Amino acid sequence: MRGWLAAVAVVAAACSACSPAHPPAGTLTVFAAASLKAPFTDLAHRFEKAHAATTVTLNFAGSSDLVAQLDQGAPADVFASADAANMTKAVDSGLVSGSPANFATNTLTIVTRPGNPRGIKGFADLATPELQLVVCAPQVPCGAATARLERSTGVTLRPVSEESSVTDVLGKVTSGQADAGLVYVTDAATAGDEVTAVPFPEARNAVNVYPIAVLEKAGDRSAAAAFIELVTGAEGRKVLSDAGFAQP
Amino acid sequence: MTSEGRGGTVPVALPAWLYLPACLGALFVVIPLVAIIARIDWPHFVPLVTSESARTALVLSIKTSAASTALCVALGAPMALVLARGRFPGRSVLRALVLLPLVLPPVVGGIALLYTFGRQGLLGHQLEMLGVRVAFSTTAVVLAQSFVSLPFLVVSLEGALRSAGAGYEQVAATLGARPGTVLRTVTLPLVWPGLMSGAVLAFARSLGEFGATLTFAGSLQGVTRTLPLEIYLQRETDADAAVALSLLLIAVAALIVIGSAARRRPVSLA
Repeated sequence: MRGWLAAVAVVAAACSACSPAHPPAGTLTVFAAASLKAPFTDLAHRFEKAHAATTVTLNFAGSSDLVAQLDQGAPADVFASADAANMTKAVDSGLVSGSPANFATNTLTIVTRPGNPRGIKGFADLATPELQLVVCAPQVPCGAATARLERSTGVTLRPVSEESSVTDVLGKVTSGQADAGLVYVTDAATAGDEVTAVPFPEARNAVNVYPIAVLEKAGDRSAAAAFIELVTGAEGRKVLSDAGFAQP
Repeated sequence: MTSEGRGGTVPVALPAWLYLPACLGALFVVIPLVAIIARIDWPHFVPLVTSESARTALVLSIKTSAASTALCVALGAPMALVLARGRFPGRSVLRALVLLPLVLPPVVGGIALLYTFGRQGLLGHQLEMLGVRVAFSTTAVVLAQSFVSLPFLVVSLEGALRSAGAGYEQVAATLGARPGTVLRTVTLPLVWPGLMSGAVLAFARSLGEFGATLTFAGSLQGVTRTLPLEIYLQRETDADAAVALSLLLIAVAALIVIGSAARRRPVSLA
């Protein structure tokens, strides 16, 4: 019995130390969708150069993971989501201060093995029998966009796998497991020569809009606002468009 | 033979301080399980765990885990016998190699399988010529589960073989029994509990397999999306469904572990 009490006491003591650590002053913590990794890393360096007293800490993950982390009390100043749905979740949970601003858009593209050996020309070709097609599951933003495209084009896809992240789709194509996949234009740009991108006009029927917002628990709101200004300003637009993003 | 020295009547007490870290360890394991149960959305629990996608994933998980356990027994039992009783050079090196998946992150196992059985893999090309396509099939799930579970069976059975010792086998051999007879009538009955617990461990490990499956087999309802993959996917949109399915997986795993422990007890080899 005494052992039990002591054990509970030790666990309680340990847990006072495991509450979220607050970052030191002068640190700006940005939670951003995984697809923003390249442009936001670049923009964070630019921000640090312009604001010598501030260090930017970046946390990249799937948007829904980030919302879950914020909901569980993860300390952060800025949140950039890969779709409106996850930003809405954050707003509804009272995590966001003010209203989010849309700063970029992303569309889907077909990627194939290098050189496009199966000769895929457009979205309808993805329904070819025997084609090993990999897409995102409808539960994640890229899969929701894929489902919207199927509805708007009337083409029914028969994928061999529905992955839970767009990077897994890309991985299945670059490793040669799949013949083709549907990923974001920005992912295709990152993959470079490892894939051949086949853009298709119907993609504009499913545009993912990226919103960014200051968080309610932000330590330094003016620094957070300054970072968002950088992202939405001319410099941010240039960096984002170099990475393949379009403007809303 | 070995148990004759024990069985004394004086109970040996443990040092009292040992209970504190032991309790902490138990709490460390139990509290997260309690936390999951506390988070369950009970009014919707039954519809959540009996939804079509949940049932499909559970059935697929149980089928593939059973298949991979069978494969683990078929390949792992001979491996354990050879490693415990065989005499050949490089045995310790081989032993370390086949146990490697035990310490590998499953995602690394998945990548390794991809480059072995995948379309561009070491054996994948030959398999494709034979008309066998492993990629994105249920076979791929079974291969991934077997790869990560095999060492559990081997370790468990090899440990049983070593602690049983070769005494009875030597007696049987001295009396003129042939190797096959010794294996069938002495060795296997002797280590049967070890083989069973190894099989249970392999089944439980297969049931929980996630990383290698996701990397190697993909995720499609009814074909490759096992219960852990379904949980991971549901978590994206419906945390309540993910928690409910987690409890379902915990319940199935607990049922297997507890059920097999209860059944094993009467089979004692005095």
